Amino acid sequence: MTTTNYDPRVLKAQHPVPGAPDNWKRFFTFNTDAKVIGIQYMALALFFLLVGGLLAMVMRGELITPPADLVDPTVYNGLYTMHGTVMLFLFLFPILNGFNNLLIPTMIGAPDMAFPKVNAAAFWLVPVFGVVLMASFFVPGGPASAGWWSYPPISIQNPLGHFINGQFLWILAVALSGISSIMGAINFVTTIIRMRAPGMGFFRMPVFIWTAWAAQTLQLIGLPALTGGAIMLLFDLSFGTSFFRPEGGGDPVLYQHFFWFYSHPAVYVMVLPVFGIFSELITVYSRKPLFGYKFVALASFVITFLGLIVWVHHMFYSGTPQWMRNIFIVTTMLIAVPTGVKVFAWLATLWGGKIRLTTPMLFVLGGLVNFILGGITGIMLGTAPVDIHVGNTYFVVAHFHYVIFNTIGFGIFAGIYHWFPKFTGRMYYEGLGKVHFVLTFIGATLNWLPLHWAGLYGMPRRVASYDPEFAIWNVIASIGAFLVGVAAIPFILNIVSSWARGAKAPPNPWNAIGLEWLLPSPPPSENFEDDVPTVISAPYGYGMGQPLVEDEEYYVRRALEA
Amino acid sequence: MTTANPDLPLNHRPGHIKHDGHNLTGFIIFLCSESIIFLAFFSGFALLKISSPEWLPEGVEGLETRLPLINTVILVSSSFVAYFAERYLHKENLWGFRALWLLTMAMGAYFVYGQYVEWSNLPFSLTSGVFGGTFYLLTGFHGLHVITGILLMSLMLYRSFLPNNYAKGEMGVTSVSLFWHFVDVIWIILYLLIYVWQRTT
Repeated sequence: MTTTNYDPRVLKAQHPVPGAPDNWKRFFTFNTDAKVIGIQYMALALFFLLVGGLLAMVMRGELITPPADLVDPTVYNGLYTMHGTVMLFLFLFPILNGFNNLLIPTMIGAPDMAFPKVNAAAFWLVPVFGVVLMASFFVPGGPASAGWWSYPPISIQNPLGHFINGQFLWILAVALSGISSIMGAINFVTTIIRMRAPGMGFFRMPVFIWTAWAAQTLQLIGLPALTGGAIMLLFDLSFGTSFFRPEGGGDPVLYQHFFWFYSHPAVYVMVLPVFGIFSELITVYSRKPLFGYKFVALASFVITFLGLIVWVHHMFYSGTPQWMRNIFIVTTMLIAVPTGVKVFAWLATLWGGKIRLTTPMLFVLGGLVNFILGGITGIMLGTAPVDIHVGNTYFVVAHFHYVIFNTIGFGIFAGIYHWFPKFTGRMYYEGLGKVHFVLTFIGATLNWLPLHWAGLYGMPRRVASYDPEFAIWNVIASIGAFLVGVAAIPFILNIVSSWARGAKAPPNPWNAIGLEWLLPSPPPSENFEDDVPTVISAPYGYGMGQPLVEDEEYYVRRALEA
Repeated sequence: MTTANPDLPLNHRPGHIKHDGHNLTGFIIFLCSESIIFLAFFSGFALLKISSPEWLPEGVEGLETRLPLINTVILVSSSFVAYFAERYLHKENLWGFRALWLLTMAMGAYFVYGQYVEWSNLPFSLTSGVFGGTFYLLTGFHGLHVITGILLMSLMLYRSFLPNNYAKGEMGVTSVSLFWHFVDVIWIILYLLIYVWQRTT
C-alpha cells in the first residue's frame, strides 16, 4: 500500500481555486486555466444576454401598438439585426463554450484543455468583437440593419459611402467570432480525443461530451463556409467586387447557400450541448440510468451529419427548383429521427423514476415540453408547401424562439443551476431559482405561443408597424416578453448573492455519478492532478450499485477533505 | 485507516494524462477545417462560372497558362523536396535537413514571385466582374497560405539552430510540412479549376 503526497492545503495555497470568488482580479487577466476561462465566458455571455434582451424589450415595446411610434422603422431594422447577432454570437456561443470549458476537462478527468493558451486567446477575442459590434451603434448610418442573415443585395448597400459602416463592422465581428470559435473547436475536439481518463472509452463518455464533440465538429465543418461567404460579402461591400451583384454577373443566392450551410448547423451547434445537459440532468434527478445510452450518444453524430445536408430548407422561396426542394424536404424530415431517439430516451428515463423537482430539473422539463412544440413546428416548416406560405412571417419567429430560447435557453439555465455548486463551491437559493423558472416559463409561453397565430394569419416579420388585426397577439407577446425580462432579476440576484455568501457546497450535492462530482467543489486548478481515476463502468449507473471508478471511496474522501 | 490525514491509503494506480504532445492532432483538425473554406470558394467559383451568362469581361480572351504551369511544377516538386528534408531530419542529418528545407522555401518564394509577375501583367482587375473577383480571391487567398507556409518554415529553420531542439521529436516540422502539402494540393485543384477548365463556357 502506497500513499500520495497530495495535500489539499498545500495545493490550495499554491494555486487559488479557479471558481471561488476570492481574488476576482484573475478573471480580468489572460488566465490559461480552463475553469477560469469557463467562468469568464459565462459572465461575459450573461452580460450580453442582458444587452440582447434589452434590445428585445425595446422591440416588444415598439410592437405593443400597431403603428411605429416608439422607435423609427430604420432604428427597428438595426434593433432586430443586432438582437439576433448579439444573442447568437455574444450570448449563445460564448455561454456554451463556457460549459465546454468547465465540463469537458472535469468530466473526462483531464487537467486542462489541450491548448490552454489558444483557449485563452479564443476567449479574449470575444470581448474584442463584442466591442466592435457595439461600436457599430455609434458609426454614421447606425448599426447593420439587413437582419442577422445579412442577405445581399440589402447588406451590400452603402448609401453614405463611409468605408467603416455598420455592415462592415458586423462582418468584421462575425469573422472574429468565427476565428474564436474555430480556435475553441480545435481545442475541445483535441481534448476529447486525446485527454480522457484511463478506462474511459468512447462509450463510457458522458453524453454531454458526445454532444459537445458532435457540436464542435459541426463548427469545424460549417464555420469556414460562413467565413468564406463573409469574406466575399466584405469584398462586395467595401472593394467593389460583384460576387453577389447580379449586375456584375454575380449571384445573390450564392450567399444564401454559404450562410445557411453554416447557420442551419449553427442551431445544432447550440442545441446539441443542451441535449447533453438534458441527458445529464434527467438521469441525476430521476435516479435512473439513461435509457438507450449508446443510441443517444450516436444520435448526436447522426444529427451532425444530417444537419449538414438540410440547409436549403431556408431557401425554399429563393427560386429553388422543385427537385432540389424535394431532396431537402426529405433530409429535413430525417432529422426528426435522431432527435426523436433522444426525446423518447429522455421520456423513457423519466418514466418510473424518482423525480426530484429542483430548479435545474424544472428548467429541463420545461425545456423538453417547449422543445417538442418547437420541433413540431420545425417539421411543419421543413415542408416546402407550408414554408412558402408562412415563411418570413411570425410563425417562423415563434418556431425559432421556441427552439432557441424556450429549449436552448432553458437548458442553459438548467445547466447553470446544476453545476453552479460544483464550480463556485456555493449552493444557489432554491426559492429564488423556482421564482426564476416560473416567471420565465409563463413569460416565454405568453411571448411566443401567440405569435404562432399571428404568423399563421399572415403577420410579416421584421416590420416595425403592422395591421391592427394582429394587435391582440402582440399585446400578449409583449407582456410575456416583459415577464421574461423581469425574470432576469431573481436570476441575477440568485447567482450574485449565492456566489458571494451562499452556503458552502459539498463535492456532490445532487448525489450524481460522474468524474466531475468526485472533485472538490470548486475543483482545484489541475482537477485530479497526477492521480486521475480509472473509469471502470458506463456512465449513469444510478441504482446499479456499481462504482464508476476504481477505488471510488478514496476519491470521495479526498474530495471531502479538500 | 480512516483518519483525517490527507495522506489517504491508495488501492489503485494513479492515472496520468499528458499535458502536451497534442499539437499534431490539433493541427490536422485545423487543416481539415481550413480545407472547407477553400471548398466553399471552389464551389462558389464553379457555381458562378456555370450560371454566369457572360463569364469573361470585355477584352479578356482567357488566361495564359504557361507561366502558371511552370509555377505549378515548381510548387508540386517543392512538396517532394520538403518530404526529403523531413527524411533527413529523421536520420538526424541536420545539415541535410536545413539545405533541403531552405530549397523548399526558395521554391515557395519563386512561386510567389511568379504569381506576382502574372498578376502585374493581367488585363483585368479585382472589380472586373465575377471573373476578376473570383480569380484574385482564389489565387490571392492561396498566395497568403503560401506566404504563411514560408514564414512557418523559416521559423522551423531558425529553431533547428537551437541546441538539442529536435532531440524530443519534430512535431513542428511535421506540422509545417503537412501544411505545405495541403497548400500544394489546394493549388492543384485551383489550377485545374481556373486554368484548365477554361473552354467549356
